[in-house]
Amino acid sequence: MTMTMKLALGPLAYYWPRNAVLDFYADVAAAPVDIVYLGETVCSRRHELRLDDWLEIAAMLADRGKETVLSTLPLIEAEADLRLVRRLAAQQRFRVEANDIGAVRVLGARALGPPFVAGASLSVYSAQMLALLAREGATRWVSPPELPSTALAALVARAPDGIETEVLAHGRLPLAYSARCFTARHHGLQKDACEYRCLGVADGLELKTREGEPFLAINGTQTQSAGVYTLLAELPGLAAAGVAVVRVSPQGEGTFDVLAAFRDAIDGRRAPGDAWASIATRLPGAPCNGFWHGRPGADYVVA
Amino acid sequence: MRPAVTPPVRVPELVCPAGALPALKAAVDHGADCVYVGFRDETNARAFAGLNFDDASLAEGIAYAHRRGRKVLVALNTFPSTDGFDRWTRAVDRAAEAGADAAICADAALLDYASRAHPQLRLHLSVQASATSHEAIEWYRERFGVRRAVLPRVLSLAQVEHTIARTGVEIEVFGYGSLCVMVEGRCALSAYATGESPNCQGVCSPAKAVRWEPHAGGMRTRLNGFLIDAFEGDERPGYPTLCKGRFDVGGEVYYALEEPTSLNTLDLLPELMRIGVAAIKIEGRQRSPAYVAQVTRVWRAAIDACAAAPRSFAADRRWHAELDALAEGQAQTLGAYSRPWR
Repeated sequence: MTMTMKLALGPLAYYWPRNAVLDFYADVAAAPVDIVYLGETVCSRRHELRLDDWLEIAAMLADRGKETVLSTLPLIEAEADLRLVRRLAAQQRFRVEANDIGAVRVLGARALGPPFVAGASLSVYSAQMLALLAREGATRWVSPPELPSTALAALVARAPDGIETEVLAHGRLPLAYSARCFTARHHGLQKDACEYRCLGVADGLELKTREGEPFLAINGTQTQSAGVYTLLAELPGLAAAGVAVVRVSPQGEGTFDVLAAFRDAIDGRRAPGDAWASIATRLPGAPCNGFWHGRPGADYVVA
Repeated sequence: MRPAVTPPVRVPELVCPAGALPALKAAVDHGADCVYVGFRDETNARAFAGLNFDDASLAEGIAYAHRRGRKVLVALNTFPSTDGFDRWTRAVDRAAEAGADAAICADAALLDYASRAHPQLRLHLSVQASATSHEAIEWYRERFGVRRAVLPRVLSLAQVEHTIARTGVEIEVFGYGSLCVMVEGRCALSAYATGESPNCQGVCSPAKAVRWEPHAGGMRTRLNGFLIDAFEGDERPGYPTLCKGRFDVGGEVYYALEEPTSLNTLDLLPELMRIGVAAIKIEGRQRSPAYVAQVTRVWRAAIDACAAAPRSFAADRRWHAELDALAEGQAQTLGAYSRPWR
């Protein structure tokens, strides 16, 4: 069965060395992905790549036929964070994923500019809220991970015309953001003198319960699930719920295998279950999909 | 030569919690300017069993407060679902009809409804809206006429001051009580472990998912099966709020996210007044009337003392002793305002 949904690569949540990032996106250019989200979406202290670097990568990917979108920080604390948002809004070539209402205001104040993507941290839980953001200029929205399939389908059924629904379909879940850095805390360092200890921690630091059960992953100021959220085997259900874009989050190893598996399933070359089986043993954590089924996010329901 | 003019000090309102009528009366009796409450359902972020107000008790509470010149604010600060939206708009109607002095909302679509259906109803932006910058706060003012915003507990004092200087919206900050280390309104940790979250069900680490498990002379605490903490015989076991447990990271067991501390900004009061904070919020709608009475009394005395002599203000040792006792042995912290971890 062929599905019409688009495949997106989410922003890189981790802090990889500059050359690793550049190599990664050089490979993305050749990967079977339709949309690529770019930019730093966790910590404003990270600087291996600056905005100009991201714009260069965006241009390179656009030349290779990818739709590229620049993502904003979900936690705006300082005026410097807002200046970055304003610079993203000032460029007209690429769409922006707004991850904070402050960014929505800045984008809405432009005289010209492409429509924006309403990011998952904008807390869209209803069609009424989505209609409001559509009036602000959003033409795509990303659902909060905790929204179950039933609520998503009800929302999409009453969504305004012409707005695309995107769902995080693979990757560790972004569960929480803080002003505090938990990686620095782990190393007994102050945030402002963190020595950039998250650099090169490919998938974040695993946090286990005292019984050794993997629970969460520490990624600087972001807290993720230890489990890898995956809806690959559920793609027909996503299509039925009206999902137009499925998002894969970059992981330390094997991102391109995951993208290929999604592509095969979307294009009908492989059954979703078979595509899932091809990557199931090569994830940085155990699979989970509870949120989609209206259960605790850590649960895994076998399709 | 003219004498130096001291700018007038803005005395912040004291905003106190009430989970039920006795707590509301206790707050009013002990000097709260405002009391905030919620309805007995998922329309607010403290949807605890046995807690909160129905229409009759809200009407009685508002009458009690208004007779004494105080205000009642109704928190409607969870995120409505598409099909359940009417339950939230109905809750806004009920708050307006009861004569509430403001509704505290997080969801923009709900604010939109409230501003159209009840243009006379004062709107406050809940901490659950995650508005941390003046750009975000101004958006809520422009679109819905929001008059006050409650800031998430993640900003430093300098950042709070910067925000106040750049928005026409009044700023309310948390002064005392439990401490969220994550940005409120964007935390799905509880949902990940238990399936219930502050945003959707109005609960965090809900009691029904908690198991207290005696073990080797001590106690283990679980949240939907996940071991949140383990206490030795003489350790006092704490409630397993997910972000305040002890976990193993790289072989080291410690409070990996946050220690079970509580926020106490009494010592910052002169600074909070100097930068123009409009209101100080006390956390704890789940607390007893006795707790609310005691915290309210201490904070009323402190705010009055600071307003009378902001330059020479020093928090009374007895106030600290009283609040220390209420914190149940937990260490107290200035939280993000002073950023010791920065």
